Amino acid sequence: MDESMSLGRSWAIQRRVIGALLMREVVTRFGRHNIGFLWLFVEPMLFTVGVTALWTLAGSTHGSTLPIVAFALTGYSSVLLWRNMPGRCIGAITPNLSLLYHRNVKVIDIYAARLLLEIAGATMSFAILGCLFWGIGWLRPPEDIMRVLWGWFLLAWFGASLAIFLGALAARTEIVDKLWHPAAYLLFPLSGAAFIVDAAPAGFRDVILLLPMVHGLELLREGYFGAAFRPHYSVPYIVIWCLGLTLLGLAQTRVISRTVALE
Amino acid sequence: MIAMEHVTKRYPTRHGEAVVLDDVSLVIRPGEKVGILGRNGAGKSTLIRLVSGAEQPSAGVIRRQMSVSWPLAFGGAFQGALTGADNVRFVCRVYGKSPEGAVDQVLDFSELGRSLWEPVKTYSSGMRARLAFAISLVVEFDCFLIDEIVAVGDERFVDKCQHELFEKRKDRAMIIVSHNPLYIREHCERAAVLVDGRLRSFDTVDDAFAYYQQTSAA
Repeated sequence: MDESMSLGRSWAIQRRVIGALLMREVVTRFGRHNIGFLWLFVEPMLFTVGVTALWTLAGSTHGSTLPIVAFALTGYSSVLLWRNMPGRCIGAITPNLSLLYHRNVKVIDIYAARLLLEIAGATMSFAILGCLFWGIGWLRPPEDIMRVLWGWFLLAWFGASLAIFLGALAARTEIVDKLWHPAAYLLFPLSGAAFIVDAAPAGFRDVILLLPMVHGLELLREGYFGAAFRPHYSVPYIVIWCLGLTLLGLAQTRVISRTVALE
Repeated sequence: MIAMEHVTKRYPTRHGEAVVLDDVSLVIRPGEKVGILGRNGAGKSTLIRLVSGAEQPSAGVIRRQMSVSWPLAFGGAFQGALTGADNVRFVCRVYGKSPEGAVDQVLDFSELGRSLWEPVKTYSSGMRARLAFAISLVVEFDCFLIDEIVAVGDERFVDKCQHELFEKRKDRAMIIVSHNPLYIREHCERAAVLVDGRLRSFDTVDDAFAYYQQTSAA
């Protein structure tokens, strides 16, 4: 029972705690009424279907000749993936503050549980809609599934590391919450969801490629559309962003874990 | 055994740093029952939180070589939007105890009835105390940290706690914070007094009380 326990035992405890927090989140977020936790992926599915329908009706080809359903599905799903995560981590501590009375429950576990849930929801939505649209003949399956998964993974990592960093910062100052809302709104049209980099004017292209999520999405779309698509991305660029944000996020989490005041 | 060695706890306040605990050392061996005396705001709850590991010391070390409960107090430890039953399951999972059957045991001991399926935020402080206490008995610990809760409440509940804690679990260690001198005298072998952030340990409860009264009068 010594506190100086092995890494294996720590990992077992952390898994247990994150599991308990996952169940706790599912109950309060989705309740046990109507379809309950199915909302986890039904809600993002509704968003994506809505956007796909709008773009199809408006005939927004966004400067490309790509099939619009696949274009909307890849674009909007990946926005949902990375953009909702910071919102889930900002303000995550207050409703869970009293749970920190249990020694093994740490701030990072609260973030991890919420992020896992968010990633699961966005991923299920993307996968189910992909299969559904394929089944009814609206789109063709991805050309290179591994590349799609790799792009999806990088976008999830980017979203999660940004979320932990902003979540921990927000615990120290309210300004983060105030600024994130307009930033999230403005980042949507810039994130590459609604255009492809290849169609952008050269000057604009250089600026837009400063945003890391554009690289993840271009990679994902390359996997999806294959040779029909001319991608512009750099994996090292987005990985460096993710590593930097992960380090900053974990450091900030450490700071607030020491200073967070129980009721 | 639990050992606190030269532990200091500081909190930032609007008027600079406040030192709540100043170089505090305390050892609790298996089965020992130790009372903590101190006036309101002396840092008793902070001390218990540090022992539990819910908060980290600013300096010094705390070693735990037995399983230690969370601070059983009127507040904290539960998520308000969840029902009592969901909180039971949560706490069981966190401590690696199977939630199967735990809800029934808690229902039986806490006598919360149907309220166990209502959100905890609707509970009175007495109901929360009953829930906290019942869960801690279901999970089982080598050392229970008790911040006031068993000394108050209705007589029936106090009697029940009495039986479960001090008769059925005589072999466990306990740290008890209470304003009730009789309660500490009845259940603790020794006591320590917190004054101005310093902890003074005494071999007998009587000596601790004499010191406590002397410092409170001053």
